[in-house]
Amino acid sequence: MPSDAHVSVEDQVSMLRLMLRIRRFEEMLAHLFKRGRLPGFVHLYMGEEAVAVGACSALRPEDKITSTHRGHGHLIAKGASVDRMMAELFGRVDGYCRGKGGSMHIVDFALGIIGTNGIVGGGIPIGLGAALGDSQLGRDTVTISFFGDGASNQGVFFESMNLAAIWKLPLIFCCENNQYTEWTPTSKLTAGRIADRGASMGIPGVQVDGNDVLAVREAVQAAIDRARAGEGPSLIEAMTYRWHGHNEGEEAFAGDYRPEREQASWRARDPIATFRARLHTDGALTEEQSDAIDAEEAARVEAAVAFAEASPMPDPEEAVQGLFAAVPS
Amino acid sequence: MTAPVDSGTAPPEAAPKARREYFIAAMREGIRDAMREDPTVIVMGEDVDRSIIGATRGLIDEFGPTRVRNTPISEATFVGACIGAAAVGLRPVVDLMVGSFVYVAMDQIANQAAKLPYMSGGQVALPIVYFTMSGPSGGSAAQHSENPHPMLMNVAGLKIVMPSTPYDAKGLMHSAIRDPNPVVFFQDAVLGGTKGEVPEPAYQIPLGVADVKRAGTDVTVVAIASQVPRALRVAAELEQDGISVEVIDPRTLVPLDIETILSSVRKTGRLVACDSARLTCSAASEITATVSERAFDALKAAPQRVAWEDVPVPFSPVLEARALADEDDIRAAIRRTLA
Repeated sequence: MPSDAHVSVEDQVSMLRLMLRIRRFEEMLAHLFKRGRLPGFVHLYMGEEAVAVGACSALRPEDKITSTHRGHGHLIAKGASVDRMMAELFGRVDGYCRGKGGSMHIVDFALGIIGTNGIVGGGIPIGLGAALGDSQLGRDTVTISFFGDGASNQGVFFESMNLAAIWKLPLIFCCENNQYTEWTPTSKLTAGRIADRGASMGIPGVQVDGNDVLAVREAVQAAIDRARAGEGPSLIEAMTYRWHGHNEGEEAFAGDYRPEREQASWRARDPIATFRARLHTDGALTEEQSDAIDAEEAARVEAAVAFAEASPMPDPEEAVQGLFAAVPS
Repeated sequence: MTAPVDSGTAPPEAAPKARREYFIAAMREGIRDAMREDPTVIVMGEDVDRSIIGATRGLIDEFGPTRVRNTPISEATFVGACIGAAAVGLRPVVDLMVGSFVYVAMDQIANQAAKLPYMSGGQVALPIVYFTMSGPSGGSAAQHSENPHPMLMNVAGLKIVMPSTPYDAKGLMHSAIRDPNPVVFFQDAVLGGTKGEVPEPAYQIPLGVADVKRAGTDVTVVAIASQVPRALRVAAELEQDGISVEVIDPRTLVPLDIETILSSVRKTGRLVACDSARLTCSAASEITATVSERAFDALKAAPQRVAWEDVPVPFSPVLEARALADEDDIRAAIRRTLA
């Protein structure tokens, strides 16, 4: 698609900035993980940045998202602070969840990020419920439920499409097809096109180039317009590729399962490099300007690590606090 | 907090006749009262308009189809949808119909609803009530007779309500809906058609407060749900033999009012814990273990547990009776503590 007339240059530059922020954040996590500086494990989003940024750039601040185990990109694209994300990943008290959540459970309800999820597909019904709640409470908001190709084989995906359709909810099912269900090619596990799975329920489905941030945005914008008009849910399948493994450190057990040529061909279609080149060609940014943005984002991520390291560990007693909200008297 | 009893000071013919209602109707009144006071309370589940079991019957006439929503048979999804709905401001009340169906929605209950408030560092409260008829009802067989409360007690993050009287059912339901946390409310299948005193005006019973259903001095019987009326019948019978049995109904298993149980055991020195669930890791097991740890020196006899055999609930009436725990089991357990 040509340089988009509907998206201002300023917005496009912001989108590039967010994609770079995600990339540098994830690269930093890979680096920290290799050195044993992160507790637990992480699932990284490199290569898929155009999906989160394209989709979230079409949202209003009060709109909601639910995310996945590979959620850092969605969080950043919806406006989350990398300082507080990094602090959470370090298990520190200034983390979004005060160290109780970790990589797969970061949320910020004030930003409309109402769930990441450690269970594949687990967030889809929750997004459905947010769309139900908001519409019942008279709000003009929409919800995007992000999930992967693997989750498209979970029962709750089909059940949620059915409920969203019969209740005409303002919900966008956004499937990031990164080609792998954990360590198995999704093509071996998944019948038909995921984008077609809502057709029998009357849910329009489109497949979009998930490495083209403007194409993603356009598809999501159309789904949002439909949702806000009261016409119900839509399904978008964004075709993309996971540059890293299912989780960091998998080389210890997973072996080679992705052909070199396949990886190289997707890396050659790097969503960030492609978008950056387009902005240069269009005259929206000079190379110096985009390099400066990149450097700023790299520095922001460095600062997030410093912030996280400076943040105290939680008081161990917090482990046994906060199970229940206090009952108002 | 117990049902008001006739003081006996007025002549019987002048006393206002106590209003008696079915257990199911009392639950419905609790839901209705909560819906009247708070427009964000909604009901959803399968056939909640007609309400085959009855706890939501008629609510659609007063509150309309946007607040009383029939769902498809997609337990995992509508249970999960309540999490999102609660997170953005609704107070969903969900009919799961049969306790065994909890397992269909287990991910959304145990991994999502129970954990999101804690693992988000307290960013969100989830005021949701999941209620269901549960437990054996006579020939319902293995997949319609479960009482999954012991598993859910172990999840952490769910409050669990399991009343034994219509009066308690109404007041606890209202409190459960007002509670800012996910609550699972079990309506014992064999109690649904029982009647008891239920005042018409709205009232609430706090979660976490046990009720002494019968005072006694020789043995403490802690009974849950349908084991409460059984224990009361046994207690009345043993009174003829000069045995004084105290019957405590915890009413809620999370939070559990262990202090009331401990103080009773310190008085009687004997404990029989009766659950309507399989023995292994039952609520009776948990209560027995806690009492053994914390009131060991008060015990005059080994605590006894009364619970089901560790098998799926079988169909044939003779098999079902053998697998479940009835009044004979309760009586025998009490006598063992006195032997």
